[in-house]
Amino acid sequence: MASEDVKNSPATVVFDTEAANSLLKELRSTVIAGKTKSYEWRASQLKSLLKMVEDRDKEICDALFSDLSKPEMEAFIHEIAMIKASCKLALKKLKDWMKPEKVKTTLGTFPSSAEIVPEPLGVVLIISAWNYPFLLSVDPVIGAIAAGNAVVLKPSEIAPAMSSLLAKLFGEYLDNSAIKVVEGAVPETSALLEQKWDKIFYTGNGRVGRVIMAAAAKHLTPVVLELGGKSPVLVDSDIDLTVTAKRIVSGKWGCNNGQACVAPDYIITTKNYAPVLIDSIRHQLVKFYGEDALNSLDLSRVVSSNHFARLTKLLDDDRVSGKIIHGGQTDMSSLKIAPTIVLDAPEDSLIMNEEIFGPLLPIITVDKIEDGINFINSRPNPLAAYLFTNKKQLKEEFVSNVSAGGVLINDISLHLMVDTLPFGGVGDSGMGAYHGKFSFDAFSHKKAVLHRSFFGDAPARYPPYTPGKLRLLKALLDGSILGIIRALFGWS
Amino acid sequence: METDLEADLKELRQVFNSGKTKESSWRISQLHGLLHLLEDRENDISMALKQDLGKHHVEAYRDEIGTVVKSVNYALKNLKQWMAGKKASLPLAAFPSKAELLHEPLGVVLIISSWNFPIGLSLEPMIGAIAAGNAIVLKPSELAPSCSSFLAETIRDYLDNSAVKVIEGGSAIGERLLEHKFDKIFFTGSTRVGRSVMSAAAQHLTPVTLELGGKCPAVVDFFSTSRDADMATKRIVWGKFGACAGQACIGIDYVLIEKKYASNLVELLKKYITQCYGDGPTGSHSMSKIINKKHFSRLKSLIDEPRVKSSIVHGGLLDEESLFIWPTILVDPPLDAAIMMEEIFGPLLPVITLERIEDSIEFIRARPKPLALYAFTKDEHFQKGLISETSSGSIMFNDVILQYAVDTLPFGGVGESGFGRYHGKYSFENFSHEKVVVMRSFLIDFWFRYPPWDDKKLQLIKSGLRFDYLGVVLIALGLKSKA
Repeated sequence: MASEDVKNSPATVVFDTEAANSLLKELRSTVIAGKTKSYEWRASQLKSLLKMVEDRDKEICDALFSDLSKPEMEAFIHEIAMIKASCKLALKKLKDWMKPEKVKTTLGTFPSSAEIVPEPLGVVLIISAWNYPFLLSVDPVIGAIAAGNAVVLKPSEIAPAMSSLLAKLFGEYLDNSAIKVVEGAVPETSALLEQKWDKIFYTGNGRVGRVIMAAAAKHLTPVVLELGGKSPVLVDSDIDLTVTAKRIVSGKWGCNNGQACVAPDYIITTKNYAPVLIDSIRHQLVKFYGEDALNSLDLSRVVSSNHFARLTKLLDDDRVSGKIIHGGQTDMSSLKIAPTIVLDAPEDSLIMNEEIFGPLLPIITVDKIEDGINFINSRPNPLAAYLFTNKKQLKEEFVSNVSAGGVLINDISLHLMVDTLPFGGVGDSGMGAYHGKFSFDAFSHKKAVLHRSFFGDAPARYPPYTPGKLRLLKALLDGSILGIIRALFGWS
Repeated sequence: METDLEADLKELRQVFNSGKTKESSWRISQLHGLLHLLEDRENDISMALKQDLGKHHVEAYRDEIGTVVKSVNYALKNLKQWMAGKKASLPLAAFPSKAELLHEPLGVVLIISSWNFPIGLSLEPMIGAIAAGNAIVLKPSELAPSCSSFLAETIRDYLDNSAVKVIEGGSAIGERLLEHKFDKIFFTGSTRVGRSVMSAAAQHLTPVTLELGGKCPAVVDFFSTSRDADMATKRIVWGKFGACAGQACIGIDYVLIEKKYASNLVELLKKYITQCYGDGPTGSHSMSKIINKKHFSRLKSLIDEPRVKSSIVHGGLLDEESLFIWPTILVDPPLDAAIMMEEIFGPLLPVITLERIEDSIEFIRARPKPLALYAFTKDEHFQKGLISETSSGSIMFNDVILQYAVDTLPFGGVGESGFGRYHGKYSFENFSHEKVVVMRSFLIDFWFRYPPWDDKKLQLIKSGLRFDYLGVVLIALGLKSKA
């Protein structure tokens, strides 16, 4: 197994500031040589990536199982299929995306022509997360390559099997002079962050997000931060109960067992409806995962003992443990926690204030369903906000009043599988967005290009300034032909 | 003073939360308020600019009043369209669903502007912030004090004071503001201060736009006719000295030209400088002064260096009392002198000569990415080379500065010249969050979405994700076993 190899191997070279320095130097010279700019290079790298996924899908699934006990279906749907689709889209659209965009110019700058030309930023750093370690590493890399950049990927050390697999596969399939994987933890990441990057793309939590943005500030490096938050699910009584329960259960526990940035974090429903909803959710839980959900093979495990301890701590609070109405079983040796539902945990408990990122689902009850919207708005902006209802007005109110990265009505998480939609947060859930063309844009600079001719110059532009020149200027800025003619002839 | 600031910010937050600034009627009324401000108080604005920068009334109108009026009108004309959601297409596999992208305001935003275009660079971002429905704090530059107090007073009179506030002060106030959480910070100024603004923003995960500067080069190719040479030279003179005496982020910093054409250019430059700004050491009323003693000394020390002084071929005259520096031309000052390493931001124009004009590409690439790149050339091949081989915020051929006035072009930097962009609809987007909204129906649920997993479900999903709908049907009917 990969982790054992690392233990037994001879002391590896430490990746320190000097190493980071020379890494950047090498990548910069690749970029200066113009290698990554051509359409041919970008297409060839994307094709290789696609081949890599197709050839080695079994190893990828194995690494995901090793790191997360991720069921093969999830590995396939959420990570492998999505990367394949992303590669294929980029290959199909690359020429379009690279084309300059013509824009109209105004009378005041006549005669001229203008366009917006996308260009690579240069050398970019992508730091990914452990929960979808393949998807969240490779998807941004696709965008960075499509936009013509050199890339350093720093996968999460909390998913070590995937980290070393990525290092190996990228080494085999991609152009090593332009695309590199640096493995490691805090020291290696810090060494990387001391360097000057042209963009940093980070997926993870807000605490580290702050550190990364502060490091980026020293070099004026723009960042994309894909963070998280507590994504709420507001459930009305006017719904299709079975479908709702199925979607909630698969959205919460069927996506890495709650360890997903857009996983339903907690549910809000009315006091009256709660018993009915809870019953249905419990029913679906058993249908999906059986009576002994703790040991179901269709559920990912908790990623590490640190996170296991973090999650069990959330339940340790007496005021919370007394409110467990389903599940609650844990097994430290296998790092498993059963799907657990907690009813009306106190508002100031940890479980209601930190992003859960695990298989615990608090349900909060309110008197009227509209109170739920206020509840959500009194908290930091989440990455996703969900509503289940048939009521048109409630939908409209929710959409216009709840601020989140994305809002989904009557389903969970699907929006991130659609590549025509930008995926990103707002406020504490992050800044910037990607997926599809938005990935290409995230790693590009859109340069404004204006062509003017030597013909046609308004003497009004030049000093010495006179009232007549001022009149002409006013007319030019106003864009009105009559005004210009009048000013030119001294009629205004 | 302490509690005033906190009280102001609290009020802004409350007003934003009340939903007032989100209404299109509010946004339109505020934009009209801006228009009235600019129209009613045109003279006061000119006076304030004359006081702070010695700006001529025409320059003031052109660069700070007229352009802003144009931008407000553009925003009013397009606001409805910008506010309308954009439908997004979804694949059939997601049927039945609808998706759209809605722009929503970010909340309470902070705009920090600079001293060189103190009115324009305060109001232009404000147009975007208002159009996008935010509550606003504007912190104008204390180095342009007349303009700062003008803004504080008139914005209070013409705009909704509960939602748009001007907070005056220097770096102390700036630091105090930055301790608080804003939903966006829009900063125009130097790279040094840009770094500390971004560091402060990082503590609150506040997104920022940094409009910085750099050394904007003007590449000058060979001219086939004297008419072209004249036109280009006038534009260069205007682009250097005519925009706040060179104190402009997109002003020309230095010129690159082939050795053999340099002396011609210098003669033409001298001719047009004299024509536009007169002759002699007394201040020309058509050119701005230097903002303050500190910058005056900074500029003086750039040319005081002996190796630099000896490269001066025109001008080099300074008058500390009136803070006036005469248009100055230098030919080939040493490339490692401060004047060629730092952004000049003043009326000193180095002319750097090269063996071949194509070498300008290498020269520019070896240096930090500037906010703007100018090239006077009709050679299409050379133009293409410049576009693809260099990087800058924007690039303009055969003229200068005008890109600032084109509403359809994004205005912003790259690398050390900054990030983020605005003008036109980009201003609106800059201060908005593009929220994804997806509506699904309860009808039609693919049963193979849910565990427990088995191979048949896997094959169905494989087909589904490939949008191979026939395959989905066949597998479901048991007529096909593998996707």
